[in-house]
Amino acid sequence: MNLVLAPLNAIGRSMIGMLTSFGEVLLFVWGALSHIFRPPFYGREFLSALFNIGWLSLPVVGMTAIFTGGALALQIYDGSSRFSVESVVPQIVAIGMVRELGPVLVGLMVAARVTSSIAAEIATMKVTEQIDALVTLSTHPMKYLVAPRVLSAILVVPALVGIGDIIGIYGGFLVSTETLGFNPSTYIRNTADFLQLNDIVSSLVKGAVFGGITAVMGCYAGMHSGRGAQGVGRATKSSVQAAAVMILAANFLLTSLFFSS
Amino acid sequence: MIQFENVHKSFGRKKVLQGVNLEIAKGSSMVIIGGSGTGKSVMLKSVLGLITPDSGTITVDGQNATQGDRDAFLARFGMLFQGGALFDSMTVWQNVAFRLLRGSLKRPKEDAREIAIEKLRRVGLTPDVADLFPSELSGGMQKRVGLARAIAAEPEIIFFDEPTTGLDPIMSGVINDLIREIVVEMGATAMTITHDMSSVRAISDNVAMLHAGVIQWTGPVADMDASGDPYLTQFIAGSAEGPIEAVR
Repeated sequence: MNLVLAPLNAIGRSMIGMLTSFGEVLLFVWGALSHIFRPPFYGREFLSALFNIGWLSLPVVGMTAIFTGGALALQIYDGSSRFSVESVVPQIVAIGMVRELGPVLVGLMVAARVTSSIAAEIATMKVTEQIDALVTLSTHPMKYLVAPRVLSAILVVPALVGIGDIIGIYGGFLVSTETLGFNPSTYIRNTADFLQLNDIVSSLVKGAVFGGITAVMGCYAGMHSGRGAQGVGRATKSSVQAAAVMILAANFLLTSLFFSS
Repeated sequence: MIQFENVHKSFGRKKVLQGVNLEIAKGSSMVIIGGSGTGKSVMLKSVLGLITPDSGTITVDGQNATQGDRDAFLARFGMLFQGGALFDSMTVWQNVAFRLLRGSLKRPKEDAREIAIEKLRRVGLTPDVADLFPSELSGGMQKRVGLARAIAAEPEIIFFDEPTTGLDPIMSGVINDLIREIVVEMGATAMTITHDMSSVRAISDNVAMLHAGVIQWTGPVADMDASGDPYLTQFIAGSAEGPIEAVR
């Protein structure tokens, strides 16, 4: 009997654990959002987060986008040539970058760079009692550490996505015009004519949601980290894993929401 | 006056505080001693609201520590953490002036820096330390900066968590003397937790020994050696033989 019940028991326990964590994350999100709108506001921390999350992520976002755009153009050209419709390359590169690859890749790169860094920083602060010190200095850690990071990520990641979209399309343009024989002005016109406002809006909304996810997961893991170096390492690892999975899940939901019809 | 009344706190199955009763008179220096893991830090953090007791009450001048305006309540306290807990992204003077640069005690940056440098001088550090980062300082200097931060806003109550841990005997003596001088000079109420007996003798007016979740003995430091309490006697002697189990 125990042999039958033991695995069920373990599955049940892990399900309860997952649901508990999910509930805790939701409460954490609620706390973070509520602190964004209630004073005091820490402008310096907000600007510093804006710089760290936005400006310092630009190189990795740019490199990722340009190579992805180039590879996308090559793949679409190869695939479309089987049906003799090579002329769709500009349109498919544009739609692929703006609707899907731009937001998702930027989200994942920001998760790798920013979520891990936020989690490690806050977890180290927790381990070294710096968060307790903040409280004794009459400063709410949610307000001082979490709210500025979450707000800046929500605002700056859409900008990164926009830049990533443009660079990705440019990568496709370079490959198409330099190696595949496309006419530059026709390529640009086809790209511009084909993209709709809804494509761009969906891209930026995805950016805002993914930005929120990256910052929230980094802050949550940091604030709930265990003790010592192992605790910091575990918080960093789990934050990136959770952020990546949540970005992909949110991407599916948002795509369904914007384009299901 | 800080008053603990029948305070209980457990972490899972581990009962840490099991009915702590203690009074710390205003303007006095109380040192709480006890073995590692007996709940000394839990007592201290419970006063500040960093840990919530399961039951019992903690009052500060009659005000319940868990109720009322948190900012106003915490503004009365300063704390020196065991590892310093300095913010490593900020310079030394910004650490010291943290409270003076934001919140209800906010003042112009130049004034805050001036006060920070004065406090650094008070703990024996020169102004050229002000623009360094905590990682550039030795352990003893970090403790002094932590002490300067604790007193920067001139609090009524100061907590010291293991102030001499990790320091050599001479630096420990310097920190002990500084703490005593500052507490007397400011007329502050002090609560220190330590298991360093030289700190106890240098800092305290009164001593309380925490063991098995309760205050085992409390009294003036002068009475400590002749207390006759077997737990306290064993602790002072640092003996493996006695009622306190050496392996916990």
